[in-house]
Amino acid sequence: MSELWVAVLLGAAGCYLLKLAGLSVPSAWVEHPVVRRVVDFVPAALLAALVAVQAATSGPQLVVDGRLAGLAVAALALALRAPFVVVLLLAGATGAGVHLLA
Amino acid sequence: MVPLQSPVVDDEARAARRATIRDALGLGVAVGLYGAAFGAAAVAAGLDAWQACALSLLMFTGASQFALVGVLGAGGGVLAAVGSAVLLGTRNTIYGVRLVPLLQPRGGVRRLGTAHLVIDESTALALAAPDRANARLAFTVGGGSIFLGWNATTLLGALGADALTGPWLAALDAVVPAAFLALLWPRLQRAWAEPAAQRRVALGGAVVALALTPFVPAGVQVIAAVAAVALAGGWRRR
Repeated sequence: MSELWVAVLLGAAGCYLLKLAGLSVPSAWVEHPVVRRVVDFVPAALLAALVAVQAATSGPQLVVDGRLAGLAVAALALALRAPFVVVLLLAGATGAGVHLLA
Repeated sequence: MVPLQSPVVDDEARAARRATIRDALGLGVAVGLYGAAFGAAAVAAGLDAWQACALSLLMFTGASQFALVGVLGAGGGVLAAVGSAVLLGTRNTIYGVRLVPLLQPRGGVRRLGTAHLVIDESTALALAAPDRANARLAFTVGGGSIFLGWNATTLLGALGADALTGPWLAALDAVVPAAFLALLWPRLQRAWAEPAAQRRVALGGAVVALALTPFVPAGVQVIAAVAAVALAGGWRRR
């Protein structure tokens, strides 16, 4: 089996078991204050890291290109409460525009 | 004898049901469109259409799916990719704990099926419903319609991505970080609990990831960014 399939199936199994655990384990285990606090904040750290890595790196290098311009436009659209689909379309159009101009 | 349900109550109940179904289906359509971006991003990251579809069918939790393909696309290994997906999936465990009293999934099969639909959107719908019956309805209709829309559009996005070249590929490259930002955004707003701490953690996570990028294998910087959770503060208070 290829590495990609291993990642797909292992990741899917892990995520499913986490969902099932929530419906199955005694709530006191999960409602422990430290556990709650970590889980409340992990998504912010990871999603922000993914934003940064996807927008401003290429391999081991930091790069500035159309992705960063698209991200800036997306942030503006989000601040103006645009629907998610509009945000994605605007970011994509900006990335394509920079590619055509560069 | 007094009828068990007066006509007025019955009308109100029916209106509440209609509103619940409408909201649930609307969210299903809107979130489903995200699936096209995911399918295209997965193929651009080097997965094939089968793998993209397997993720939407089996993992079915958007942020984790985007994280997995994002790390793989950046050249990351299996462990880093699975690690970020699973770490992002931990919040679904907390959702499950909150949903048990509302949904009361009895029996093994029922519980196995219910678990698969536990995601951000279905949880939000169930918690926002006016009573337990509507919570179940919102969870099932919302979760079900998102599942169908998400999987159908993943397939379309994955098949369409092969045809992408030049500016279209550049467009997709810009869509992926914007998709992560859109997932992050609500957590940083005033409506979220402790938005100031969330912003600190997010900024810290981005800085850690960028600072480590030149020095660690691809994908590891994303996992390492979890260290920024320490910036949340308030550990001693409770």
